[in-house]
Parts: sequence; structure tokens; C-alpha cells
Amino acid sequence: MSALLRVLKAGPGATVQDIGRRGFLRFGVTPAGPMDAGALMAALLAAGDAQGAAVEASLGGMELAAEGGEIGIAIAGGAFDVRLDERVLPATCALNLVPGARLALRAGAAGAFVYLAPFGRFDLPLVLGSYATHARSGLGGLEGRMLRAGDAIKIVDPRPAPAEPMAIIAPWLAARPAKIRVMLGPQQDYFSPATIEALLSARWRLSERSDRMAYRLEGPVLQHLRGHDIVSDGVAFGAIQAPGDGAPLVLMADRQPTGGYPKIANVIGADLGALAQLRPGDFVAFESVSWEEAVAARRARQQAIEAGVTLEPLLRKEFSAEFLLAQNLVGGVVSAREAR
Amino acid sequence: MTQMLYDAPRYLDAGEAALSVEFGDSVAPEINAHVLALGAALRDAKLPGVEELVPTYRSLMIHYEPLTISRAELVKTLELLAFQGASGFAPRARWRIPCCYDPALGEDIAEAARILEMSPERLGALHVSGCYRAYMYGFAPGWCYLGGLPPTLALPRRASPRGATPPGAVLIGGGLSLIAANSMPTGWYVIGRTPERLFALERDPPLLIEPGDAISFESIDAASFFALEARALRGEVVAKREVLP
Repeated sequence: MSALLRVLKAGPGATVQDIGRRGFLRFGVTPAGPMDAGALMAALLAAGDAQGAAVEASLGGMELAAEGGEIGIAIAGGAFDVRLDERVLPATCALNLVPGARLALRAGAAGAFVYLAPFGRFDLPLVLGSYATHARSGLGGLEGRMLRAGDAIKIVDPRPAPAEPMAIIAPWLAARPAKIRVMLGPQQDYFSPATIEALLSARWRLSERSDRMAYRLEGPVLQHLRGHDIVSDGVAFGAIQAPGDGAPLVLMADRQPTGGYPKIANVIGADLGALAQLRPGDFVAFESVSWEEAVAARRARQQAIEAGVTLEPLLRKEFSAEFLLAQNLVGGVVSAREAR
Repeated sequence: MTQMLYDAPRYLDAGEAALSVEFGDSVAPEINAHVLALGAALRDAKLPGVEELVPTYRSLMIHYEPLTISRAELVKTLELLAFQGASGFAPRARWRIPCCYDPALGEDIAEAARILEMSPERLGALHVSGCYRAYMYGFAPGWCYLGGLPPTLALPRRASPRGATPPGAVLIGGGLSLIAANSMPTGWYVIGRTPERLFALERDPPLLIEPGDAISFESIDAASFFALEARALRGEVVAKREVLP
């Protein structure tokens, strides 16, 4: 038994992503993977396969239909406007898409990326062990490219989905920091103390020229002490590099594994998703933390994800997630450990 | 180029889950040997929590899971391994890569030869005489940067990039050589092409050359190129690999 997930409309930048392509960084192969890993995990856990893949849609939105059979879909990410035909659903929800119905996602109140995980498996080839799309090098996903209207992906090994739409409660998605935390380095000695102070005190605006490869920040110029060319070295997700013009770039999921500009700081793992969910025109501020603080934040997030998501009937939507958890009213816990 | 090997490696954080071990700040064989020696030793050590290693000209980036291994534990191990120094480095394999320097395939060889004030034949002969080492991959999947270019072939990169490289392009630029498995625009000069498929998704392993491998080229004519290319496209590995003791 299988069904087709049909793309009726797709804005630019919609791709298939899993947690990312691992093990080939030393060969110049970008991991790609989700811009917001926490949101991807929420959708995958709700759909019952933490190792699976999802469609990542962006501000251009997306419309989908099921053909030849029904397809359960778990949705998590930014506060997108989600509609199943005329019915408005919570931005983070699981639903059963039946043939003839239309699922529409549009940019909503906040957030730049949203994940749609099928209750089943995409019938796509693993490329270097991963479904993640890296469009720039044409690897992974559907034919190594962004999704477009008319595409159809077969869903195999379907799992039962809730008959009625349910809200997905993933507590870590609510934990968005007021400031994005960074660790200074690896090349902070290429910048003066005043420049580091400027990085940490400025209100940065996210440029329209931002994509899965890099987020460009508008604000004060980050002056280099000793020129802007360094001999190439490794680049991690969230590296804040200052090219020649001094306008910082934060390197994101589709970054190259190596690069030749000094990196003043690196966004910590726990805050990468929050940064990714900013939209062009949004403002952001940074604060510097220690390795220990960054690891504590990483551990807290990891423990929350391992505790899993809960699915909650929409009737109870008027209560907060915290209230429901406290009352132990929710059922259907899916944990990352069990799903693994 | 001055060799600037630091007295002791620097341990630089790139967030809480990546550490860059920097041995120097220039492109030099001795610095890169330290990078590759540490990378090989760390791979052999199989430390839990160490996920991926990215060698570059002058640093080794270690992507790790800090919830499994702390920075302090990692650095302690690295200090022990780095103490053994570059004397521990020896290439594990040597590749003989067939390369055709015919201007029909080495699209930019005439242009590069003009800048270097030599004939295209001389350029090809000098390039094929070099003993190279795979310093690092970077820029794009399967773009392998080689040290060991004869100094007479050092020329600056183009001011603006040329169009997409043909598959299997062999290039020179900025004092280095490069084998580019995939097509991308570049500021380097295409001086030859190899019929070998150095990056093939369906093959195991998908990439043939490991960072640190020794590389030499074997000059072939255009007829041999097309014959070998046909064999490579059928799945045969046409470059020769020799395991080094």
C-alpha cells in the first residue's frame, strides 16, 4: 500500500531534509540537513521516526495533497498559517491528509522554516547515507533539487495517523532565547576588543540576502585587525564570519565545510534553530557564553527532545502546554529514545 | 613562502561542538603534515564522541558531541597525540592519476602557459613531474587540493571566475594544484582532465583519494583519455592505487 504526496504549490527553498549527511565532511561534502533541527525533530517524533525525513518549507509556503491513499503528516516549525481546506489548524499539529483535501502552509505570525514529516517513509534514494538535499551540489532529496509544483513523492511503509487533527506539544520549541548565545572564536584575535563589544552590543538586522547557506547581518562594520584573508580552515554551523566588507555572515545548514574568512564567534548549538527562524527584517542581539554554559543549554535541549512529544486533542487547545503536562492530561508520548 | 609552524598547536573553539587544532597560519608541507598526522592518529584512536575530522592546510577541525566527550578530555588526548608530531605522518596510499594535458581537454592550458611564459607542452611536462600530496578537500564536494606543485607553475588566481569546470578537471592556481570532481565555476586554470571518476555516489567508497594520500599524474593522449573514460563510466577504477607500508 502506498500513496503519493503531491506538491500543488511550492515557494522557493522547499526541500527534503533529514538530520543531515554525516561522515563526508573531510571530502568537502556539506551536511545540509535542517535549518531548525529542534523543529525537524518535533515533526519526526510526532510522525514516529526520528531517523526519517521531512519536507522543509520556507516563507514562500507550500500546498500539498495526497493521491491514491491517505497520508498522515506532522507539522512543526515557525508560527506558520496552516489550513486543511478551510479549517485553520495550530501551527504545530498532526493530521490525516485524505485524497481530495488540500493542505496549505503560508508564512504566519513568525518563523522562517516549517517541517512536514509523513507518517511513513519517502520513497527516495539515500545519497551518501542521507535524504538531506544540498541543492548547490545537487545531492540528496528529490533529484538533488528544491521541490516545485507538480512533484510527487511516494510514501511507503505508512504508519497510522490521528483521524482528527491533534496539536503537537514539543516543549523545547517554546524555549526561544531573548538573545542568541555565541561562543567567541575561533579567530576572535583577528578583531579588537571594541569590535567584539560591537558584535555583542549591536542590534543586528537580518538581511534579505539570506538563505540556507548564510544569514547576512546588517549593523556596524566589524573591523579586522590583521586583514580579512586567512588560510582556509574548518567551518562549523553557526560560525559568524566577517568577510572583507565587514558585514557579518552566519554560516548555516548549507555552508561549505571550510572557508577563508576570520570567524569572530560561533552560535551555540541550542540557539541555532532560533536564529534560523528569524526572518529578513527581524532584529537579533548576541550574548557571549562559556563552553560550560553552551553545553548546559545543549544538554537541557537534548533531554527535552529525548522526553519526546505529546499529541493533544484540539479541544484542549485553550489550555497551555505546561498546564496540560502538569495535569497529566495528555497521552501518546513518543520519545526520541523509543523511536531510535 | 615562509613556514610558520607554531611552537605548540592552538586549540580554538568553534562553538561547543567543534574544536580547531591550528598548527600554523600558512600553506606549507610541514604544517599540513602535522594536521594529517593528528587526523590519522585521532581516527585510529576511535574516541567515542568524536564525529568528523576536517583537515585543512594548517588546521584540523574536530566535530564532536560534547555530551559524550568533554573539551578537556578531548584536548588531553589531542595533546598526547600531537606530541608525537609530524614524524608520525606518512601517506597511506599513493595514486597514479591519468591526466590528459591536450589543449582540447585542458581548456586553459594555453592561457596559463602564456601567463607563465612557457609553452603548453612545457607546462604539462612540469605538472606531470610533480610529487603531490592531498592537503585537503574544500569549496565543493570532491574538490581535492594538492600541495607539491613545482614553484615555476605558481600563478595568481583569476580576478573573476571562469565558467563551470569540466568533470575531472585538473587545475592550477595560487601555487597549488587541484582535482575537481564536480563542475563549478572557479578562479583557477584548467590545465588537464582525468578520465577517473574520483567521486561516484554509487561506488563504495564514493571518494577515492583520502586527505594525506600521495598523488602523481600520468600523461595520456586524448585517444587514451576517451578509452579510459569509457571504462571509468562502466564502473572501473582506472587510476592506480598503491598501498604504502
